[in-house]
Amino acid sequence: MPGIIGKKIGMTSVFSPDGESIACTVIEAGPCVVTQVKNEETDGYRAVQLAFGEKKEKNTSKAAIGHFKKANTTPKRNVAEFRDFRKEFDGLVELGKEIRVQDVFVEGDFIDAIGTSKGKGFQGVVKRHNFAGVGGQTHGQHNRLRAPGSMGNASFASRVPKGKRLGGRMGTDRVKLANLKVVKILPEQNVIIVSGSVPGAKNATVILQK
Amino acid sequence: MADLIKLVEQEYAKVREKFPAFKPGDTINVHVKIKEGNKERVQQFQGTVIQRKSPGTNGESFTVRKISNGVGVERIFPIVSPTIDKIELIKEGKVRRAKLYYLKGRQGKAARIKEKI
Repeated sequence: MPGIIGKKIGMTSVFSPDGESIACTVIEAGPCVVTQVKNEETDGYRAVQLAFGEKKEKNTSKAAIGHFKKANTTPKRNVAEFRDFRKEFDGLVELGKEIRVQDVFVEGDFIDAIGTSKGKGFQGVVKRHNFAGVGGQTHGQHNRLRAPGSMGNASFASRVPKGKRLGGRMGTDRVKLANLKVVKILPEQNVIIVSGSVPGAKNATVILQK
Repeated sequence: MADLIKLVEQEYAKVREKFPAFKPGDTINVHVKIKEGNKERVQQFQGTVIQRKSPGTNGESFTVRKISNGVGVERIFPIVSPTIDKIELIKEGKVRRAKLYYLKGRQGKAARIKEKI
């Protein structure tokens, strides 16, 4: 899938010509550098590795510096692999070449956004797994409003089954949101505007793909 | 960072410049395009501006209040919306706060606003 790496800037709203307000996310996407092209002969599959964002050389391992040097570029912060960039990009994706957002997407495309969701800390089952809680607050209900309820049963089983959904750390998961519409592309600023929200906090890395 | 958002909003906020500057307390006449089937017509809504919300952003909206047949009617308009055809400034009011919620409970003489001269 053809794609690009970007940084989430924030959200705003724009209007469609017929007066509909669309909530959308502004993403600074690219320019990315092709740091490796994998093919069937050497790697067993076709893929393109892109890199985005500057990184200081002193914070980069020697091995990584060598890898970036092969592509004739400076060390980069984010590296991601895209399998099977389509045929039409064959001329575009060559080692060391720069890929910009307008090369990959056009306005009106439906794209997927992959990011790391915001961390929520330790959360109970109501927030984490959409349990309903106990129900009412009356009829003698005292202090188990958001409890998970019964589990493990009595004499049979007598234990909690593995994989039982319970409270725990929530968030900071890799989340993919599918079918976000590209509202606008500003090629000069490397900015892409997609409708709806995108996983993660501001300044977080987002991978966009078709 | 935030500059990029401002830049995006600028593109859409050019609409704002064609409207006169108005503030809470002013009386304005808003011309709104309304679609009925495939016909488009313009409806007018005249009243007092009681608030402007999140100014400077794409989400900015203003609320206009008028008394229609003895009933208070409030309408909220997004300012960068393409459905707003025209805004006429009719009277400038002199008020001492930004949100004129106190008008909601008042009628007739008590709901008057001093005019700026």
